[in-house]
Amino acid sequence: MNKVCVTIDGISLYVPENYTILQAAKEVNINIPTLCFLKDINEIGCCRMCLVEVKGAKSLQAACVYPVSDGMEVLTHTPKVMEARKVNLELILSNHNSRCQTCSRSWMDCELQALANKLSVETVRFEGEKKLLPLDIGPSIVRDPNKCILCRRCVSVCKNVQTVGVIDLVNRGFNTRVAPPFDMSLSDTPCVNCGQCINVCPVNALHEKSDIDRVWEAIYDPGKHVIAQTAPAVRAALGEAFEMPVGTLVTGKMVTALKMLGFDKVFDTDTGADLTIMEEGTELIDRIRSGGKLPLITSCSPGWIKFCEHNYPDMLDNLSTCKSPHQMFGAILKTYYAKKNNIDPADIVVVSVMPCTAKKYEAARPELKTEGMPDVDIVLTTRELSKMIYDIGIEFPELGDSDFDSPFGNASGAGVIFGSTGGVMEAALRTVSDLLTDRSADNIEYEEVRGLEDIKVAAIQIGDLKLRAAVAHGLGNARKLMEAIRAGEQFHFVEIMACPGGCVNGGGQPLQRSDFRNWTDYRVLRTKGLYREDRSSYIRKSHNNPSVKKIYKEFLGAAGGSKAHELLHTHYIPRDNYK
Amino acid sequence: MSSTELNQNATEQYQLLLAAIARHRNDRGALIPILHEAQEIFGYLPLEVQRTISEELNIPLAEIFGVVSFYSQFSIYPKGKYRINVCMGTACYVKGSGDILDKFKERLSIDIGECTEDGRYSLDACRCIGACGLAPVVTVNDEVFGKLNADDVDGIIDRFEKLEDIK
Repeated sequence: MNKVCVTIDGISLYVPENYTILQAAKEVNINIPTLCFLKDINEIGCCRMCLVEVKGAKSLQAACVYPVSDGMEVLTHTPKVMEARKVNLELILSNHNSRCQTCSRSWMDCELQALANKLSVETVRFEGEKKLLPLDIGPSIVRDPNKCILCRRCVSVCKNVQTVGVIDLVNRGFNTRVAPPFDMSLSDTPCVNCGQCINVCPVNALHEKSDIDRVWEAIYDPGKHVIAQTAPAVRAALGEAFEMPVGTLVTGKMVTALKMLGFDKVFDTDTGADLTIMEEGTELIDRIRSGGKLPLITSCSPGWIKFCEHNYPDMLDNLSTCKSPHQMFGAILKTYYAKKNNIDPADIVVVSVMPCTAKKYEAARPELKTEGMPDVDIVLTTRELSKMIYDIGIEFPELGDSDFDSPFGNASGAGVIFGSTGGVMEAALRTVSDLLTDRSADNIEYEEVRGLEDIKVAAIQIGDLKLRAAVAHGLGNARKLMEAIRAGEQFHFVEIMACPGGCVNGGGQPLQRSDFRNWTDYRVLRTKGLYREDRSSYIRKSHNNPSVKKIYKEFLGAAGGSKAHELLHTHYIPRDNYK
Repeated sequence: MSSTELNQNATEQYQLLLAAIARHRNDRGALIPILHEAQEIFGYLPLEVQRTISEELNIPLAEIFGVVSFYSQFSIYPKGKYRINVCMGTACYVKGSGDILDKFKERLSIDIGECTEDGRYSLDACRCIGACGLAPVVTVNDEVFGKLNADDVDGIIDRFEKLEDIK
């Protein structure tokens, strides 16, 4: 890449010619304020917070999109720049619903609040017209148009990254809003509830539907046996909500906190993940041996499942019939566990703590019930759990470690890596390889399916079989892969996760402000945490998890058998795109 | 029209729409010309029409609706037999077209962009139509009414009501 010489606030430096002023300034340790800009997702320069003076240019320029050129001179903090940024921010604030005290984004990272602070906006000189628009409350996601500042990050992530595209700007001028078409609710659109819109929202215009009150109610109901189960990706991110470094693993502290909150039992959803591998692995081997429908596509990600139901209704037979891990585990808790411990399953409340907003929608699906009872009663996101911990004043970083409760205890390392893209594939390969070759393989780290490449393709030799595998993360990549399969590309096994990076970047994870995520890929850090836990696990293959073995031996019978099918498998429904 | 006639009419309209899409499909910026033609064909751009365009062009419905809601010449409501347009250009506005618009709303019990239940009248506010010398101006279909005040509104509607009664 050719380099060009630019001068920023008097400091000259060489930067690659494809840099923007924003990137060049960062090189000399100047963090120009941004609001709408989100690297790789929303680069449109609409909020005018990053204005700078460029010598020779007629007007102030948006640093986030303005390319550098040789000899360019930039000034980032002249009075003209500072005043323009301030006025622009005041205009945004002039019609923002600024009831920050009662806004659930205040305690976390409201970027608008942070920016007002950074630009020393102490009064708002303009009073804009404030209309009170109704909230759109869906099964997973709540839209509050009164908080929206029209930065369009959500529009971009939904349309360009996820290729779902159910929200866009509507109307014009002062009436402009971000909304689904025809004033529909998100529930009436092909929205898959992935929550990526929430992760990119700088304010509180998008947030999950809170189920915190329902959890407290269950905990304080003496007649209820309340169980928490935690997904793998939660432990790799929960600490961030308490200002611990990104990627810190907080498994033990998380379990301690859940017990302090008053849950009767705390189990690891990874046990469910190990069950999933047993069932899905068996399903894969069956389909390969019996000439069944291939490729087999994973079904752990409820955002992906709904996406498939809307967009590929002709390929639903390719989906594994396995319920997702927390649903499987919920079904086991309300049958096997209830019976073993003499608890009426009607008194069990299963609370899943998930990195995911789509799991809220999933748990409410009518087909995911066992004996008339939902497998999972309540789903909390990682953010909601952090809020509960914060609310009652637990000093999370100071907590000691606790183990998951018996009888399920710790699960396998294979279950842990479910939280990252390629993790389900790798976990399945570890088990399928052993089952097919009837010996225990030592080499169990499948580097070829790890990492953040859009679509990973691998051919893996297992005995006589050359297993062709593909992994896609993010629904835009999923769409590309599905089109390739439709066009005839052959695979045996395909893993798809709705969120870019997999569950570590789920729509329910702690928020990271853009001034951090524009420069650091937090997904990589969170993922590293999970692989660390896998490597330090005593058991790293799902089929070696003793509690899983026990469940099959005492209760389910054979993997893929009739009892397992009754409890652990489901079916899918073709869905219309707009009602 | 009987329901079979209605269906047949709808089928013909959809065939025209698909033909329009086929004509523009490969053009850059095909969406707006297609929306124009669709509005010619159907008189307005309901969900079904926008959905067809969305599926054919592979553009999200939300984006299409964004375009439709941005431009005032596109409508998602059916238009009446008599399309009333009240000019909101600067000259008309300062000479009281706001009151005239309010009077139409009151008389017809509809809001801007809507159509009366009997399908007879629809009401819109438009940008300057270039007849500032006649301000404030209202058009009904292609007929222009100038130098109006709010009290003239009843007379205009009564005239069209009478026309309908004669029929």
